[in-house]
Amino acid sequence: MGTLFSAPDDHFQDLSEKTGFSPEQIQILHKRFKQLSNEEDLLRRDDFNNIPDLACNPIRTQIIEAFFDKRNFRQNAVGSVEEISFEQFVVVMSHFRPVPLHNMTEEQRERMRREKLRFLFNMHDTDNDGTITLEEYKHVVEELLSRSGAIGKETAKGIADAAMLEVASITVGRMNPEDFYEGITFDHFLKILKDIEIETKMHIRFQNNACALC
Amino acid sequence: MQMDKLFKRNCCAVFLMFWLVHASWGYVSNGNQSGTEDGTQTGPDQQKQNLPVFTLNYSRIQMPLEITLWILLALFAKIGFNVYERITIWIPETCLLIGVGLIVGGIMHSVQERPPAVLTSRGFFLYILPPIVLDSGYFMPIRPFFENIGTVMWVAVVGTLWNSIGIGLSLYAVCCIDFFGVRDISVQENLLFAAIISVVDPVAVLSIFEDLSVNEQLYILALGECLFSDAVTVVLYDMFTFLAGMPKVESTDVFLGVTRFLVVGVGGLLVGFLFGFVAAFTTRFTSKVSEIEPLFAVMYSYLAYLVADMLSTSSIMAIVTCAMTMKYYVEENVAQNSCTTIRHVIKMLATLSETVIFLFLGVVTVTTEHQWNWGYILFTLLFAFVWRALGVVVLMHVVNPFRTIGFNYKDQFSLSYGGLRGAISFALVYLLPQTIVWRRLFLTATVTIIIFTVFFQGMSIRPLIQFINVRKSTWNLETINVEIHVRVMEHTVVGIEDICGQWSHHYWKDKFKKFNDRFIRWILIRDNQPESSIVSLYKKLELQNVMDILEPPAVGDSLSPVTPNQEESASKLKKKFLASDLRNMHNLLSKNMYKIRQRTVSYTSKHALPDETRTREILMRRHASLHHSLRGVGGLHTNLTTTPRYFSLPAQRRWEHTSASRRYPISGHFGAEVEMDHPLASPRSRLLRRSTSLGARNLGARRDLAANAAIAAMKDHRVRHGARRTSRPGSSQSRPPYPWPARQQHLQDPVNNSDNRTEASANGMWSPLL
Repeated sequence: MGTLFSAPDDHFQDLSEKTGFSPEQIQILHKRFKQLSNEEDLLRRDDFNNIPDLACNPIRTQIIEAFFDKRNFRQNAVGSVEEISFEQFVVVMSHFRPVPLHNMTEEQRERMRREKLRFLFNMHDTDNDGTITLEEYKHVVEELLSRSGAIGKETAKGIADAAMLEVASITVGRMNPEDFYEGITFDHFLKILKDIEIETKMHIRFQNNACALC
Repeated sequence: MQMDKLFKRNCCAVFLMFWLVHASWGYVSNGNQSGTEDGTQTGPDQQKQNLPVFTLNYSRIQMPLEITLWILLALFAKIGFNVYERITIWIPETCLLIGVGLIVGGIMHSVQERPPAVLTSRGFFLYILPPIVLDSGYFMPIRPFFENIGTVMWVAVVGTLWNSIGIGLSLYAVCCIDFFGVRDISVQENLLFAAIISVVDPVAVLSIFEDLSVNEQLYILALGECLFSDAVTVVLYDMFTFLAGMPKVESTDVFLGVTRFLVVGVGGLLVGFLFGFVAAFTTRFTSKVSEIEPLFAVMYSYLAYLVADMLSTSSIMAIVTCAMTMKYYVEENVAQNSCTTIRHVIKMLATLSETVIFLFLGVVTVTTEHQWNWGYILFTLLFAFVWRALGVVVLMHVVNPFRTIGFNYKDQFSLSYGGLRGAISFALVYLLPQTIVWRRLFLTATVTIIIFTVFFQGMSIRPLIQFINVRKSTWNLETINVEIHVRVMEHTVVGIEDICGQWSHHYWKDKFKKFNDRFIRWILIRDNQPESSIVSLYKKLELQNVMDILEPPAVGDSLSPVTPNQEESASKLKKKFLASDLRNMHNLLSKNMYKIRQRTVSYTSKHALPDETRTREILMRRHASLHHSLRGVGGLHTNLTTTPRYFSLPAQRRWEHTSASRRYPISGHFGAEVEMDHPLASPRSRLLRRSTSLGARNLGARRDLAANAAIAAMKDHRVRHGARRTSRPGSSQSRPPYPWPARQQHLQDPVNNSDNRTEASANGMWSPLL
């Protein structure tokens, strides 16, 4: 494997400050990056297929796409790339960094919430138009249910319908007969999920010895 | 005005009942003395005895009669409290129960009666304790519990130990001071006493927490602590009673004690698992005998308790584990009726046990001879409070770094202040063997502490929590969106963890779920179908949807006053819908939608059954979409014009445009199901309604509609199948069959007007949506 810390340590330091991971965590991630990319500097989509456990994940395509989605690089760009560097890898990962929540102020928590929810939103909104349309939602539901085997497409459709209706009723309230519900915007998304403590659930925990299983 | 009259009337009724009970009690007790002599004539002169026409034979039925009267008394007390609802908000129910007990005890004391010997050691541990613990275990919410299991176990086990040892040793130190005159209480006895009073019973506090919706972690912690501290205390109690009998304690004894502790805990777990799985497995085969299914659940749990006791392991752990393991699989296997019955039975037994104990506490307080010792008792109070507070703070500080959501000072305060003592402490101290010299002192001290904590802390905790503004949680409204997005998020995190090769508890959860789905469910569940929680949630919501379609919601009440004549009101409802302004109705409907009663996690409430009313947010909307989707799917709608008016809810009109624009295609099958079934057949599911939040409604109107419907339904209960078939041509897709054979038989149940009919039959109706 050859753990080459090819990037100098101060590069890690920069990254660490930028993304909020500690330097040790960056090193762990670097090791993993090298492992996944077969010692190259750039990671491609196919490299993710080498992870066996990921294959069972119903939304793996979305997760993998998220790594290549420019919106998650915090540079306010849109579109997707074919390959990512380590820096971009870490930036995407930073959406999930573990944080000591009880030391944060209310705004910091709120900011973090928005960030994480934005990540989820981007995962759903594949065509970058800023709303989750019925089609996209349906796609997600189908993927989620795909593991259950006997469920047909109609169920997914029905569930997606019901969910959209629900969002409409929660966010927009009473709608006139002439209105129709375009799709879930980010604000509506925030609204329907405002009761869940996303910030407490959506993070990874680092173990002390990074046994990177492949 | 009306309320007051009602209140007064109810109060009078309740008091009358009390006096009646007491009168009968007094009478039979006095009759006891003379009863045995009726009808017999002793004496040397044997005259001809006539056949006694009327005799009073009390001794034969004495025991069961006394028990029954006590139980009835307790139950009347409960009725009494709920007469005026506001009482229970400010004074916890346990206080009231003890209060009633005190009153009764006072009465008994004044007539020189003794309380019946109901509470014996055997009686308590074999009959009274198991239902209480079973209730806690069965209704424990599994997911939050396992997410917090480390903390819960830590606080419960270590906390109880800390409390016991701390209080015990401090009291021993106090005893050594000659001033208080209790020199000769040994260390073991002190430890025993400390163990008894360190078990917490936050029954009252839990309902307060729930009412104020404190954050989930705190709630689960309180609940779990209550449960596991019972287990720990019972073990400690055994151990210390044993040790108290010994003159000297050696270090080997301590070591053995620790080992025994572990054996007991793990053994209990294993026994519980075993019986849980066996119970689940048995219910796989009980489809033909659904009447006895509840018995299986209860008997297996009890069996786990007894077997664990036989093996001298922790029977409480066993019964709890059994209940938790069993619940998930049994509730899937078993008929809906049986599911309800199981829950009802468990709740009923638990409520009964608890009520009886508290009542008894009150009585005993007044009637036994107490031994008061100012120093000892005051110090007990002090130490109990101090050590608990210290314990909670220290333990939380230790465990906070390992938690994602730490407990702040407010949580810690609430938890320590909410550590009320209760039934278990009392029972344990009452059952102390007579060999302990200072038994009565212990009894007095325990009773004092219980009364103090329950009354003082119990009544003041509610304003305090509101004052310090503990972090609240709004329980997740169980909407589809929430469910979906939480799922997505969990999968995402697992995926990310896989990608970066880090594991945390999500990984194990996922792995366990996979294992569960593949192996365990295959073995234990009847007709195993892989089921996604989203789908089951959706089914439930659809089901609720059905019920709401049939039931004109509060709209009906506000529009048409309910008349005594049921039929009239039913037809009135129909007419009203026609005549009223559609927009108006829609307003009312949407107002109803937003008047959602927050879904409290009331399966953990100690005094109430699980509340299964679903939020009604999407329901009317959904219904509306069903309608217009039906329009969209051509060819089946000749019936529509003849459907009873209450189907043509206004919301339908609004969505027509929506559907027309096809921006929002809605699948039609579901709508087809609703409409194509003979509309009156659906009211069968109306009978499925459980008690809802729309309390003031008159059931009569519905019932009548339902009765009519039911007759029609009985005749053509196969219309369900017919409907399915007719809907098929309308929709061009072929649907994968999704049999639910286990559920269908419940359709044959005779329809009656009870509220707790099978939801399963509606499940059967709605299955084709899959």
